[in-house]
Amino acid sequence: MTVANPAELEQGLQPQGWLKYFSFSLDHKVIGIQYLVCGFLFYFIGGALAGVIRTELASPLSDFVSRDTYNEVLTLHGTIMIFLWIVPVVNGAFGNYLIPFYVGARDMAFPRLNAVAFWLIPPAGILLISSYFLAGAASQSGWTAYPPLSLTTPAAGQIVWILSVLLLGGSSIFGGINFIATVLKLRRPGLKMMQLPMFCWAMLGTSILVVLSTPVLAGTLILLSFDIIAHTGFFNPALGGNVVVYQHLFWFYSHPAVYIMVLPAFGLVSEILPVHARKPLFGYTTMVYSIMAIVVLGLIVWAHHMFTSGTPPWMRLFFTIATSFIAVPTGIKFFNWLATLWGGKIALNSAVLFSCAFIFNFVFGGITGVALAQVPFDIHVHDTYFVVAHFHYIVYGGSVFVIFASLYHWYPKFTGRLLNEDLGRAHFLLTFIGFNLCFAPQHWLGLNGMPRRVAEYDPAFTTWNQVSSVGALLMAISTLPLVINVVLTALAGPVAGDNPWRALTPEWLTTSPPPVENWAGEAPLVTEPYGYGEHPGAMDLSGLSGRDLWSTGKS
Amino acid sequence: MAIPSALITLLIGIALTLAGLWVGHNVRLLPIDASANAPVYDALFEVLFTIGTILFLGIVGLLVYSLVRFRRRSGDSGDGLAIEGNLPLEIVWTAIPAVVVLFVGIYSYDIYERMGGMASFHDHGAHDHAAMAAMVQEASVASAASTDPDGQERIWGGIGQSASGAAVLPVEVTAMQFAFIFHYPDSGITAGELHVPLGQSVQLRMEAKDVIHAFWVPQFRLKQDVIPGQPTLLTFTPTRAGTYPIVCAELCGPYHGGMRSSVVVHEPDGFDAWLQSNRPAQVAQAPAAPFS
Repeated sequence: MTVANPAELEQGLQPQGWLKYFSFSLDHKVIGIQYLVCGFLFYFIGGALAGVIRTELASPLSDFVSRDTYNEVLTLHGTIMIFLWIVPVVNGAFGNYLIPFYVGARDMAFPRLNAVAFWLIPPAGILLISSYFLAGAASQSGWTAYPPLSLTTPAAGQIVWILSVLLLGGSSIFGGINFIATVLKLRRPGLKMMQLPMFCWAMLGTSILVVLSTPVLAGTLILLSFDIIAHTGFFNPALGGNVVVYQHLFWFYSHPAVYIMVLPAFGLVSEILPVHARKPLFGYTTMVYSIMAIVVLGLIVWAHHMFTSGTPPWMRLFFTIATSFIAVPTGIKFFNWLATLWGGKIALNSAVLFSCAFIFNFVFGGITGVALAQVPFDIHVHDTYFVVAHFHYIVYGGSVFVIFASLYHWYPKFTGRLLNEDLGRAHFLLTFIGFNLCFAPQHWLGLNGMPRRVAEYDPAFTTWNQVSSVGALLMAISTLPLVINVVLTALAGPVAGDNPWRALTPEWLTTSPPPVENWAGEAPLVTEPYGYGEHPGAMDLSGLSGRDLWSTGKS
Repeated sequence: MAIPSALITLLIGIALTLAGLWVGHNVRLLPIDASANAPVYDALFEVLFTIGTILFLGIVGLLVYSLVRFRRRSGDSGDGLAIEGNLPLEIVWTAIPAVVVLFVGIYSYDIYERMGGMASFHDHGAHDHAAMAAMVQEASVASAASTDPDGQERIWGGIGQSASGAAVLPVEVTAMQFAFIFHYPDSGITAGELHVPLGQSVQLRMEAKDVIHAFWVPQFRLKQDVIPGQPTLLTFTPTRAGTYPIVCAELCGPYHGGMRSSVVVHEPDGFDAWLQSNRPAQVAQAPAAPFS
C-alpha cells in the first residue's frame, strides 16, 4: 500500500517506483493510471478480436473460424470493448485522475473503495477471456445475451460471462458512488458548483446514470443465471416466462450505458478545446444544463432498441420522440464547442485533431442516430450493419477518439514528458482514415440487406466488406505509432515542464507528475477554469469574468 | 468591397440546402422497392437523408473553416477573444434542432401510420381488417394482461399494411434454428420458400419454435422479430415481381448467417401455376440443410 511519503513530494520528474502500479494503492492518480493501462491492454485484446471478425468477413463464406467461435468472438469483442475498455477508461482512468484535482481535493472521497473498484476489473476481465479456454466455450449469445438463445447456448460460458459482467458492474457502481461523493462533498471551501470544470459535471451526470441503471442490469443478469442454473422460467417462454421483459430490463441499463461512455468524453473535450484554442469554454451554463437533460432523457429512451420486438404502437411513438429529443441537448454541446473554436488561436496538435475528429464522427453518428430513432426507418435497418456502423461512430468515433485526444493532452501531466507530435499526427491520420474506411461502407451494407452478427453473407456485399476490412487493418496499424510514441517518450521524451499548454485548470498548477497529495502546499482555488482570452481593450474587465457567463457577444 | 456577413450566411445556407436536396434526391443507397410499404419508406429516407446532409455539411464546413481560419500562427502565443457565451445564439441553436426534430418526429409518425403501424394491433387472430380497426381500442386495453380475459391466444401485431378490401392471402410462418417454413392453410402447401402473388395482400402469422428470429425482406423494407411465445402478424403487399432474399436479422445461433430464404413474387397466373404444381400437399421440402 502506498501512503503519502514526504520524500516523494520532492521528486518531481524523477522516475517513480513502478511497483506501486501493481499494488493496492490508494492514490487516485495511481489508480487512474492503473485503469488507463489496464484498459489499453484490454483494448488491444478486443481489437484483435475485431480483427478476427473483419478477417472472417473479408469473404462471404464462413471460412476463417468455426461458426461457434465466430459467435464467441463477437460476444467477447462487444463485452470487452464496453465493459473493460471504454467504460473503465473514460470513467475510471480520467475520472479518477482528474476529479480530485478539479474539486481541489487531495484524493477521492473513498480511496479504499476506489482501489477495490479498480481491482475488480483485472480478475473480471481474465475470468471473461479465460472462459474461451477453460469452460470449453465462451458465451455465444452476443453482448446482449438475449434469452432464449442465452439459455440454450453452452451454459458454463454464459454463466462466466454473467459473473464477470456482474463484477464489472459492481466496479462501475463503486466508482459512480465515489465520483458523486467527491464532486458534491469534497470541493475545496469557496469553490462553487458552477465554477467546476465541465468534466466534473459530466462525471456527476454519468455517475447518476451508473448508480440508477447498473443495479437493474445486475438484477436482470442474476435472474438470467437462475434461468440457466436452476431452470427457473423468468425469461423462458417454455416455462411461461417472457423474453421481451428481459429486453426491457437489459436496455434500461444498456442504453444509458451509451451515455456512460460518451458523457465523460463530452467533458474531456470541453477541457481540451479551450486550452488549445486559447478561449473560454462557450456557454458554460447551457453546457451544464444540457448534460443534465441528457441524463434525464437517457433514462427514458431504452425501448428504441426494441422497435421490432412486438412493442405496442404508443410505446414506439413515445420512445421515438424521447429519443429524437436527445439530439437537442447534444446539439447544444456541439454548437458550443464550435463557438469555442471560433475566433480562437487554435494549436493544431494531436489532442485538437483527435477532438475535432470526434466532433466530425459524432455528428455523423448523431445524424444516423436521429434517423434510427424514427420507428419506420428503424424497422428496415434494425439489427443490420447500419446499426453496427452507427454505434461504432458513437463509441469509437466518439469516445475512443476522445480517449486518444486526452492521452495526448494529459500525458505530459502523467509522466512529465511531451509525446512526439509527428508520431501523434501519423497516429491521428491512420486512425481517422482507417476508422471511416472501416465503418462508413457498413451503412450501405445494412441498408441493402446485410444483417449484423453473421459469419457469412450474400456475395453481392463482398466488395464493401473488403473495403471495410482494409479500414480495420489500417486501424490495427494505427496503434503502432501510438505504442511506439508512448514507450519512447516515457523513456526519453522531451521534458514537458509543469504546464506545457499554459492551462488554467488545477491539475496543471502543480508539478508533472504531481506529488502524492497533488499539491505541495494548499490546493489552489480556481474559480475561472476557462479564463483564457484577451479582453478587447476598452471593455470593462470585470464584466467578462467567469461568473458573468452571458456577455453580449460584441467583440 | 465588404459583403455583409448576413448576406454571406444566407448564401451559404441556400447552397447547403440545395446541396442537401440534390444529394437526398440523387444518391441512391437503398435496394429496389418491391412492396407497397417501400415507396413510403423511401420518401421518409429521402427527407432524413436531405436534412442529415445539410446538417453534416454545415457543421463540418464550420469546423474545417474554424480550424483553418483560426489556426495558431507560428510565433503567436496570444489568446483568442474572451467570449464566454451569447444567450440569443444559444436560443437559436436550441430552437433549430428542436424544430427539426419535432418536424421529423411528426413526419415519421405520419409515415408510420401510412405503413399501418398504428392500426396493426390485431387481436384474436381476426382477418377482417374493418373489424380489426374497431378492435384497436379493445386490444390496447387488453395489452396490460399477457392473455386476454376470455383465455384466447394473444396475437401480436407487427407493422404492415394491406390493400383494403382485397382478399388477404394467409401464410403461417414457422421460424426455427435455422430455417423459415411457410405453410399455406388454404391449399395445404408447406414450403421452404415464400411464394406470393403480385399485388395481393399477404398476411404472415409468424411463430418461433426455439429462439428469437427476425423476418426481414430488405426490398419490402419490412422487419419483424419472431419471438417464442408471441405469435405475430405481419402484412404486406408485393408490388414488383421477382425473387428477393428473406434474411434472419436476430442472432439465433451458429448458423444465423446461413438462415436465409427467398420470397418469390409471381405474376397472378404464375402464382396459380405454382399452387397447382405444389397442391398435392407434399410434405415440406424440408430445408434440413439450409446453409451452404
